[in-house]
Amino acid sequence: MSETLILTKRWGTKDSATLASYRSAGGYSSLEKGLGMAPSAIVDEVKTSNLRGRGGAGFATGLKWTFLPKDVRPRYLTVNADESEPGTFKDRYIIEHDPHQLIEGIALTCWANDIHTAYVYIRGEFARQARILEAAIAEAYQAGIIGPKLLGKADFPLDIFVHRGAGAYICGEESALLESLEGKKGYPRLKPPFPAVVGLYGKPTIINNVETIANIPWIVTNGGAAFAALGMGKSGGTRLFCVSGHVNRPGVYEKPVHYNLKKLIMEDCGGVVGGRKVKAVIPGGSSAPVLAGDEIDVSMEFDALKAAGSMSGSGGVIVMDDSTCMVRALSRIAKFYAEESCGQCTPCREGTPWMEALIHKIEHGHGHPGDVDKLAQMANSIGGQTICALGDAAAMPVQSFVKKFRAEFEQHIHERRCPFGEHAWGKTQESRDAVVGGMRA
Amino acid sequence: MPNSDLRSPGAWRDLPAERVQRFDAELAPILKRYPDDRKASAMIPALRIGEHLFGHLTPEVMALAADRLGVSPARAEEVATFYVMFFTKPKGRHLVELCTNIGCSLTGADRIFEALKRKLGVENGGTTDDGRITFREVECLGSCGTAPAMLIDEEMVERVTLEKAERIVEELK
Repeated sequence: MSETLILTKRWGTKDSATLASYRSAGGYSSLEKGLGMAPSAIVDEVKTSNLRGRGGAGFATGLKWTFLPKDVRPRYLTVNADESEPGTFKDRYIIEHDPHQLIEGIALTCWANDIHTAYVYIRGEFARQARILEAAIAEAYQAGIIGPKLLGKADFPLDIFVHRGAGAYICGEESALLESLEGKKGYPRLKPPFPAVVGLYGKPTIINNVETIANIPWIVTNGGAAFAALGMGKSGGTRLFCVSGHVNRPGVYEKPVHYNLKKLIMEDCGGVVGGRKVKAVIPGGSSAPVLAGDEIDVSMEFDALKAAGSMSGSGGVIVMDDSTCMVRALSRIAKFYAEESCGQCTPCREGTPWMEALIHKIEHGHGHPGDVDKLAQMANSIGGQTICALGDAAAMPVQSFVKKFRAEFEQHIHERRCPFGEHAWGKTQESRDAVVGGMRA
Repeated sequence: MPNSDLRSPGAWRDLPAERVQRFDAELAPILKRYPDDRKASAMIPALRIGEHLFGHLTPEVMALAADRLGVSPARAEEVATFYVMFFTKPKGRHLVELCTNIGCSLTGADRIFEALKRKLGVENGGTTDDGRITFREVECLGSCGTAPAMLIDEEMVERVTLEKAERIVEELK
């Protein structure tokens, strides 16, 4: 294969989660190299690499690291493994198939930023992944890779702890994650101050997504410029794209960060089941604005998708075929945000259930003329009005579905029923094989 | 007389001593992960241990977690009621959870959801009459590529079909 694979290269190889397997493939040689470099030189390489956060916001990782105040200690690293954005399922596979790559990334990140304690906040539902990661961390302690001395020689203690959540989408929001890690309910904090300045226990804290951190060893080994060259513009490297919905081969695909969305769906994923047409694609997790089927010939690079009116967010690509009722799809998405609103800000707490109820009403043929405008108005009065981005995340699907598929909403109201009926929804597709990093899941 | 007033920090003393000891033994290594003055960080792990040992999070169990972490029982209740994986009411011997979010819904989860409710004779969140199974729908489990997905007693089962789901719930004792 001519494509460069950074994250999925070892997935599916025998015992890939073990230290022995990781070492035999050259694992921890990057940490060896990093320990011979000045910490600031590693930060520079990460800046040069154009690595951008893979959790959703796409913020420049190296730049984020430089926001740590110079003279405050201790500093903390928290790795966000709360993967909960509907349509996103990549971090779990990094942990399942190559946890030592993540651990090496954590060690390098801590060395580069003078951090001695890292917490991996993993969502509560990932019980198995938490066990796999804890076993890998135990191996790393046992082998003297982490613990009192890095790689058994550098006078640099490092502890890595797994902290398992208990079921709350909001805890993927970085400041809610910190609250949760401090033993509280997950209410997002007002920003500024940003976590880099006032984070965990009030101390400077870096929060990066699992996939982001797992890229660090490759960058240290091959240099930031080589990573940047794999991407385009201000986005370097490859990315894990998660494809779900009505495609023939759903799964996780590692592709250059600017890969074409249509190519991913039609070629890599083998197109839509039954040869049907693509009606709509949500390109970056359920909160990303939806694209109509004729809008998908676009690069998935952060800025390119933004220019196309959506966002590449967490890399979760949800494909819907031409039998899909868009009102019903939105109804389910709206239900999710209503369920997961933490309740702190009134517009989101009150507005998300209102939107859910109105969409539900329209879907079941009880809508009134004017309801579509009312719905758009509700979404507009949530977006931008809340402490954290969940309000926007709830508003964006509503705004975009109404904009792109307005006629379908009107049709429901006019005909006083769902024109698609029950029979078309939720085709069982058990015959499909999911492809995860080039292997069958 | 048992003291079940949540606001009473000493309510945990009504719990069976043997299980309180086990709670403390399981909590001790976890406490080492957090700074000495930040033990409250262990609230989620402590409540998880408590629920596992005592069945569900009663006011007494919440008071126990709060006592060991040096915070008020209200802090424990706040956490216990915020996170969906915690139960403050009794649940069945097994917890069966089905994702019905968009990826699973697009691939047939709604039909499985309706069928399992019928089969078990429960509404969403209900427990079977024999106390065997509590069943509910949950939000995205991060298995959209291998949808539909379920959690059976916190263990993930993927690429679920109606037949597979029915077989699984039949086999739970």
